[in-house]
Amino acid sequence: MSSHSDESGKKLGMWLFLYTEIFLFGGLFVLYAVYFARYTSEFVAGGKELDQLFGVVNTVILLISSFAVAASITAVQRNQQKRTLAGLGVALICGLVFLINKYFEWSHKVANDIFPGSEKLAEGPEGQNIFFGLYYMITGLHSIHIIIGMVLLLVSLVCVKIEKITPTRFALLENSGLYWHLVDLIWIFVFPLFYLVV
Amino acid sequence: MEKKPDTHIFDYKTLAAVLCGLLILTAITVGVSCVDFGKLNVWIALFIASLKGSLVLLFFMHLKYESRVLVYSFLSTLFFLGIMISFMFWDVGFR
Repeated sequence: MSSHSDESGKKLGMWLFLYTEIFLFGGLFVLYAVYFARYTSEFVAGGKELDQLFGVVNTVILLISSFAVAASITAVQRNQQKRTLAGLGVALICGLVFLINKYFEWSHKVANDIFPGSEKLAEGPEGQNIFFGLYYMITGLHSIHIIIGMVLLLVSLVCVKIEKITPTRFALLENSGLYWHLVDLIWIFVFPLFYLVV
Repeated sequence: MEKKPDTHIFDYKTLAAVLCGLLILTAITVGVSCVDFGKLNVWIALFIASLKGSLVLLFFMHLKYESRVLVYSFLSTLFFLGIMISFMFWDVGFR
């Protein structure tokens, strides 16, 4: 019984950390909302410059990866090691594809002279500068979270492989999964705010 | 009866159904953004995002079957987030 309470304690600790993450991004969303109210037309124009296809593809990728992680937790509880590894593997590949997409998306923007401190933004309307400032800040911070999440999933994958994560002790996998889902959750709000503003 | 925490395992079918729901909602939010509803567009987008977020939280993050401590602490986090957002708009709106 003592190991049971230990596991749920670890989970509670993870959730407490996730609450601070919610406020980290919540603060940025408030910033977005206030400036959106002030510079609505510039934000709409900025949103039209973003490639919606990248946004949609990355949303689908993250949703699939979240499913894969959730499935791997079901698998570990059912003692299906291969399925657990497969789920984590799929999620890691999805994370990598997400980052590659982001790289192409950002390089395209940089090539068009849209990046923090670029001449085009500095000389253009203030609202446009703020929109792209928030775009790089929020998607950049989100991508850092993707990288951290991938490291956690990779560590979990190795631990499953060497059987440090077992059907009775899988808090590390569960907590890595929670982190990954939170990253997905944040993207669910980032996507319409940046790519779908009309 | 409330299920005991930590003992519930989602089967693959349930998780796959949740994924389908999320993909359908993504398609809907993209489709709706092509129609101009004026100011309503933002609210519709946020509403659909909240639905998607709820699915992720309840199923993928297992909140549906978690202990009361987790459920209420999460809800109070949302409550305080609400305070932060509303006070910010109160301040900005009446400046």
